[in-house]
Amino acid sequence: MANNLSGGFKAYLYRDILIAQRDRGDLSKPLMFFLLVAVMVPLAIAPEANKLSAIAPGLIWILALLATLLSIERLFSEDYADGSLEQLLISPNLLMMPILGKITAHWLVIGLPLTLLSPVIAIWFSLPISAMVPMMLSLALGTAVLSLIGAVGAALTLPRQGGVLLALLVMPLYMPVLIFGSATIQAAVDGLNWLAPLAMLAALLAVAIVLCPLAISAGLRIAKNG
Amino acid sequence: MTTHTVLKVESLAFERNDAVLFQPVDFELKAGEALQILGVNGSGKTTLFQLLTAILPSSSGQISYREQPLSDCRYEYLSNVLFIGHQSGVKAALTVEENLRWMSPNNTSCEKISAALEVVGLSEYAQIHCANLSAGQKRRVALARLITSQAKLWLLDEPLTSLDKQGVELVERCMNQHLAQGGAILFSSHQDLAQVTTRNYKLEPLMEVA
Repeated sequence: MANNLSGGFKAYLYRDILIAQRDRGDLSKPLMFFLLVAVMVPLAIAPEANKLSAIAPGLIWILALLATLLSIERLFSEDYADGSLEQLLISPNLLMMPILGKITAHWLVIGLPLTLLSPVIAIWFSLPISAMVPMMLSLALGTAVLSLIGAVGAALTLPRQGGVLLALLVMPLYMPVLIFGSATIQAAVDGLNWLAPLAMLAALLAVAIVLCPLAISAGLRIAKNG
Repeated sequence: MTTHTVLKVESLAFERNDAVLFQPVDFELKAGEALQILGVNGSGKTTLFQLLTAILPSSSGQISYREQPLSDCRYEYLSNVLFIGHQSGVKAALTVEENLRWMSPNNTSCEKISAALEVVGLSEYAQIHCANLSAGQKRRVALARLITSQAKLWLLDEPLTSLDKQGVELVERCMNQHLAQGGAILFSSHQDLAQVTTRNYKLEPLMEVA
């Protein structure tokens, strides 16, 4: 039975990564959005190093949040349309593991690339080198929380593709991530202790991993029931 | 072995938005038996399948699997069910082979996958993305699961949609083999099967006189 549980996780993880890799065009949209806005801001505001580095912590996090939100709405809608969601729902095992598999896949194709791209933006915004590691750590943890919470919204807005409703639903829940995420970078820039806000992000992730799959399974069942 | 009752449905009803969908359903399905669900469009055939797979909760009535109520043996029941729905669950971005591997039990061998593709006539298409297949070919991908699955009870919602003549014969052969091995089949179709002995159950729409 334990084998079955982890099997559901791995099977969905591999499948969704494979599908994402086939649809590279869709995959790159949120990342392009992240990069393009970041490139435009210095041109539109002022190319002075001290101004840019003052807004950078908040801006990087707003962009990461919006990029995740852009991509999360498709998490379940395609499965719903082609009938594979039904197959997921009739699996005899708990839904938690397949759901976590799908979300992990989403993080690997969105959150992780965002994290890896962020140093480019940090340099572009003249953030100090000492802030790089805290920034990447906060993005790695924080985007995982964003994927988990976003998936709850995506499940609840089925069978439609979330859109504005999804944004309204998850925005309030995204706020703590935004606050502690940008606080981590800000603290590192100011030379303060950045471990405290980062620990809050880690705590948020721990809570989200436990609670979000429950809400998502319930949401998916309601969606079929509607 | 005496034939035992696999699935028993007693006065099953479903209500959506205060409207009752069909007259209470009663039937019994024994091992080695095929039951065809008939009913006009909109009579609730697909809903019935969703009730039987526990995707939807029933409003009243009881479903039992091997004399046990479904709620007591959910894991055992769902492990023994193969459900192919109206939307077949075939992923457009994956190849034919990946789709079948994905939808088959974990321990299915590569030989069995290619044998199944051979039977449904898709061997040459194994590496083609399903987005490029015709509706009938996609249906064949889903139906290849009939060969890889080890489930005893098949629930097939409109398995013959968009299949050609040979495709229908293929499904009939698979069904006969499954029945001979003591399996049970519940399916819906508007077409009569020539090769398979089936019983019929007609879903009666509930006409409310205002």
